[in-house]
Amino acid sequence: MKLKHAIIAAFTGVCVATPVLADLVFPALTYRTGAYAVSGIPQADGYSDYFTMLNERDGGIGGVPIKVVECETQYNTEKGVECYEKTKGLGALVYQPMSTGITYQLIPKASADGIPIHSMGYGRTSAANGKVFPYVFNYPANYWNGASAVVNHILELNNGNIKGKKIALVYHNSGYGKEPIRTLEELAKKHGFELSLLPVDHPGQEQKSQWLQIRRERPDYVTMWGWGVMNQVAIQEAANIRFPMENFIGIWWSGSENDVIPAGAAANGYKALALHAPGMDFPLFDDMKKHVYDKGKAAGSGDQIGTILYNRGMFQAILAAEAVKVAQKMSGKKDIGPAEMRVGMENLKVDQSMFSSLGLPNFAPNLEVSCENHGGAGLVAVQQWDANAKTWSLVSDFKPTDKDVINMLIAEDSSAYAKENNITPKCM
Amino acid sequence: MFYREVGEFKTSYRSDQQTFPIALDRTGFLVTLAFAFVIIPLTMSEYWAQAVFLPFLIFGIAAIGLNILTGYCGQVSLGSGGFMAVGAYSCYKLMTGFPDMNIVVCILLSGGVTAFVGLLFGLPSLRIKGFYLAVATLAAQFFLVWMFNKVGWFYNYSASGQITAPEREIFGFIVTGAKAETLPVYYVCLVMLFSLAILARNLTRGAFGRKWMAIRDMDIAAEIIGVNPLMAKLTAFAVSSFYVGISGALLFALYLGAVEVGEAFSIQKSFLILFMIIIGGLGSIFGSLVGAAFMIGMPVLLKNLLVTNLGWPGDIAAHLEFMIVGLLIVVFLMLEPHGLAMLWRIIKEKLRIWPFAH
Repeated sequence: MKLKHAIIAAFTGVCVATPVLADLVFPALTYRTGAYAVSGIPQADGYSDYFTMLNERDGGIGGVPIKVVECETQYNTEKGVECYEKTKGLGALVYQPMSTGITYQLIPKASADGIPIHSMGYGRTSAANGKVFPYVFNYPANYWNGASAVVNHILELNNGNIKGKKIALVYHNSGYGKEPIRTLEELAKKHGFELSLLPVDHPGQEQKSQWLQIRRERPDYVTMWGWGVMNQVAIQEAANIRFPMENFIGIWWSGSENDVIPAGAAANGYKALALHAPGMDFPLFDDMKKHVYDKGKAAGSGDQIGTILYNRGMFQAILAAEAVKVAQKMSGKKDIGPAEMRVGMENLKVDQSMFSSLGLPNFAPNLEVSCENHGGAGLVAVQQWDANAKTWSLVSDFKPTDKDVINMLIAEDSSAYAKENNITPKCM
Repeated sequence: MFYREVGEFKTSYRSDQQTFPIALDRTGFLVTLAFAFVIIPLTMSEYWAQAVFLPFLIFGIAAIGLNILTGYCGQVSLGSGGFMAVGAYSCYKLMTGFPDMNIVVCILLSGGVTAFVGLLFGLPSLRIKGFYLAVATLAAQFFLVWMFNKVGWFYNYSASGQITAPEREIFGFIVTGAKAETLPVYYVCLVMLFSLAILARNLTRGAFGRKWMAIRDMDIAAEIIGVNPLMAKLTAFAVSSFYVGISGALLFALYLGAVEVGEAFSIQKSFLILFMIIIGGLGSIFGSLVGAAFMIGMPVLLKNLLVTNLGWPGDIAAHLEFMIVGLLIVVFLMLEPHGLAMLWRIIKEKLRIWPFAH
């Protein structure tokens, strides 16, 4: 009898003790295979390398070790759902689906399960309204900020008057690519430019007809919402029809080294939007080198370090880690759960002194998240590719975008969602 | 030892013509049913339900549908993905247009709409055959996907072009939308598959099925003995599309919840369903289900074995998965070109005379 009691006690002890020892779990829905791997690999590497560095240098966040659980989605929504179901039971703090399609899929699921989603610079734009989407965050900027930033940049080049100019949008024919259309249409009305839409079907390797059309219609500017292999093909095709590269502006997902290098010297002058600074010229990389690269702990093959999308992945990890710190401070617990994480994300504030202390001075603009605004400040810069030096460099500051148009559209779209799904908008 | 008719005396046509004439088979069938209706729901985890069982049930319906067309009637179709999209989008339009309509009615009506669309795309089959028909159905696939992407009315002009399933319930259980619970969803899919499979079995052994098979085996001979090829082919297209449409509606409303046509219903889906029936066995309901189980379960099992148990990196496992699944398909087809259903038939024959050689 005593033995039985002892066994039961020991067993319950183990069962209860396990959660106490738990780590901070960050599932990473990555895609290192398929047509989008070229964009997915650097981002996945950056994301997990930063967490590895925190584990090696600081022993995690606030003394609690971090565990990154990678799951391969191939940028496919059904595989993404499988990955979500597989990892959500592990105590996942926040999902970064790295795909607009998967984000759309996970918004209702994760909201019902009470796990926050951070779709950084992608996903559902109207999720910026935290009253309707309490569990979804898309700071520091969304696609509609992007669309407005492109138009603002063109306005700047033309001294504020683009009446009668033609702008073409080459986009991935999916939820992702269609996101900016509404905003661009509104802006076309406001500024009087002509918008033409050129969809490119998945995976985007075949774009001859779209670029023939561009050659025929001769738009003044081309902007692109592309991803994966579509980007390099578009830039190559633009070079083939001798489209002036400085008039070709991609979204921040269409502006990495892997997109421009295949076109060689012809890609010189190509522009893309930027959420953060390019390059490795930051003290943080010394720590990364010391604690991760030199120890051979880099994710993947380690050949993407310092590229734009690697930095983007790192930025995602940094914002997640900072939100954990806020959550730890606010809840007074070290070992937080998804509910505390959500509060941490909603109260996240990042300024320049913080970036400096992280070893990333002037890496990205200030950021402040609130219940009403899950989308951040929406500050966007423009970067340009130098094919000779093989470097991206910022050619503008991080500038605000057209808030009037965007906020109106966000309110409209999110209230439609709230009505469809019987959500009463309120702060949690 | 096993599968013996010895001692089983049939005294009526009804018992002689039943689906499972051998007692052991009948028991096996009932045990499987008990498993599917009671034991699996009691024991399955959320992950297994979402990753394996629900997709299996849904694609099982699609595989039966395509098998009716390709396996029983001999008309090759590469448009299944497009027809699934028709089912999904009509379900969405019905759900949003008539909020009070029961979800099961919505799904059945979507099947009906798809049957009509399938009928239209089946018309060319009267003139063209074989590979040429495959190309014509391929056109259906691309046209339908293009249309759902292009025409805003189908997705209620949403900004992203996605369709999202609103919340609906059956007997008070929420089965669609964010708060849907897995168990009721599982039961809806299971009951759908079960009743549609029974319907298919009875259709294929009745007058309709015999006409389809006559057309498949030799259309001119069938016409001479009095089978109307127009009716036979078009009914096959309609019934097949009905099944595929229901499967598409279930995939959208109950499983995925939000769908983007270019990705969820691409040509890949058409191939997936075609592989299911080729591997499972053409002209067999059982084969459709086995094929669906194989094509859905194999990648998940491999992924779990390689990544979770052996700790391999996800990308290498994903690449290996392609190779292993591909290799398995080739090996299966070399060893048994008539699919897993034929393998099962051979096993049964062998068991019947076991332990003797003849």
